[in-house]
Amino acid sequence: MKLGLVIDLDTCVGCHACATACKQWNTSGTIGPLSDQNPYGKNPDGAWLNRVRTYEVKEQQSTHKAPPVKPAGAPMAHKFDLFALATQGESALTVAGINSATGAPASKTVHMPMSCMQCEDADCVTVCPTGASYKREEDGIVLIDQDKCMGCNLCSWACPYGARELDEEQGVMKKCTLCVDRIYDQNLPESERQPACVLSCPTSSRIFGDFDDPTSEVSRLTVERAGQALMPELGYKPTNRYLPPREKGEMPMMAKTNQPALSKLKQWANRVIAR
Amino acid sequence: MKPAFSVLFFTVTSGIGYGLLMWLVAMQLMSGQVGDLSNVLIVGFIGLTLATLGLLSSTLHLANPKNAWRAFSRFRTSWLSREGVLSLVYYPIILAYAYLLYISGDELTILAKGMGVVSLLIALAIVVCTGMIYASLKPIRQWHNPLVTPLYLLFSFTSGALAFSLMSLALEGRLSDFATRAFVLLLVTSLLIKVLYFKSIGKPEGSTIGSATGFSQAQVRLLEAGHTSDTFLTKEFVFDAGAMKLLRLRWLMIILTFVVPLGLIVASYMFDVAPAAYLAMISLYLGLFIERWLFFAEARHVVRLYHGDQRA
Repeated sequence: MKLGLVIDLDTCVGCHACATACKQWNTSGTIGPLSDQNPYGKNPDGAWLNRVRTYEVKEQQSTHKAPPVKPAGAPMAHKFDLFALATQGESALTVAGINSATGAPASKTVHMPMSCMQCEDADCVTVCPTGASYKREEDGIVLIDQDKCMGCNLCSWACPYGARELDEEQGVMKKCTLCVDRIYDQNLPESERQPACVLSCPTSSRIFGDFDDPTSEVSRLTVERAGQALMPELGYKPTNRYLPPREKGEMPMMAKTNQPALSKLKQWANRVIAR
Repeated sequence: MKPAFSVLFFTVTSGIGYGLLMWLVAMQLMSGQVGDLSNVLIVGFIGLTLATLGLLSSTLHLANPKNAWRAFSRFRTSWLSREGVLSLVYYPIILAYAYLLYISGDELTILAKGMGVVSLLIALAIVVCTGMIYASLKPIRQWHNPLVTPLYLLFSFTSGALAFSLMSLALEGRLSDFATRAFVLLLVTSLLIKVLYFKSIGKPEGSTIGSATGFSQAQVRLLEAGHTSDTFLTKEFVFDAGAMKLLRLRWLMIILTFVVPLGLIVASYMFDVAPAAYLAMISLYLGLFIERWLFFAEARHVVRLYHGDQRA
């Protein structure tokens, strides 16, 4: 088994419900508590296992002649690129889901929740000197044995995704467990044997499943929607996949018509009476 | 990366300590003579003390030091664990060497020679481990660089050579000819490699905000980090000293680490000015401290890309 998450960047609205649900579940779960510092003060801080960041993704303006940034050792171009998809289509200006008839560069707001990617080649595990950090053979979940961690931070340095955070109160490292204490809990109804973040997502943008099973929903979505790994050039082989925003075509605009004065008056009267 | 004082002190001080011990053993192996045993033991004691102080300081940055003993368990994969194991193994080996010196006559016995070689190799391996802890971290391209480990080794040899030469000045009244010449040679080599390192990390390469978010052919800009105050991630990985400050510190580091010690040691050697040699050591130590601070301050972890940096 290779358990992990698929995150749909098309439908994520950036509400932080996943992050909050994660904090709530895990603070009382097997790796809890997830302590906070100064939670009601001016600068609240604490250990979170899931964080949501918001980006503006903008079409690269050709007039700027900015050379496309190509990371060293990365494959040619990621399928993930909104704009690679766009240039294959009819109009180079139409970016997935956005029309830029005005000539302004097309842009899109993308919310990106990030938790542990449950990497196949997880350096956070190999650098750990105490053996506290380990990856489970049976399902690929990367976990930290809270009783063995000495809080040296080296695993957090080895993680490119910022998935590990030190609990300053307890002095041990914390990370996403993929809610290992939920997904195998026989006392829960089967539909609830899922990570807290997945259950709480109001737009179902998070899907949990087994990537080793080609018929699972996560595998199907990854194939159908060209699910991508983040920073593949570092070679960690992350399990989680991100689905790019979909091509939506032009947004229908309200047509501007020249109606006769009488029908305008009727519409106005209807609106006033309806109130 | 945020420079952690305890780690800076550890790598610089242990580097000098192991360097000094390597020089002490190497000089004895080359001459085949035990020499003045009490002097040898004093130098060895100072070297071991420096190495131990550094190692102890390294435990200060642990958030949960009561589990530090577990760090010896994963030497098969972790460079940090290897460093811990080897630094522990070093003590009985170097003490056995001291004992074998004590029971040898004027000439080193074959057993003492063998033990000396083993201690030399272990000290070398410890410094390599220190370098590899950093060089093995792929998310930090300024550390994941083939010159990082050679530089740790070179700085250990260089500072060890100067320390050894100073010891012979203090105990025997004059700088060691061989170690002083070697110091000058090593210092120049270190400077060359360090300049190459600066050139190498100056090249724009590696991950970008595009590859981090998956939109590698678009302009990506952070709109919301999702938190109102600093987090563990920003406190640990986002450290900005400012380009001008970094540049000035680079020059200060080059002056204190290379130019001043070179001038002083040449002056001291040629004109027999003893205090100049000690000043050279102080300058080198301060310079190496700045060098290690810069090593952290200039390292940019890829997590910064998720917090708005455009490239690593």
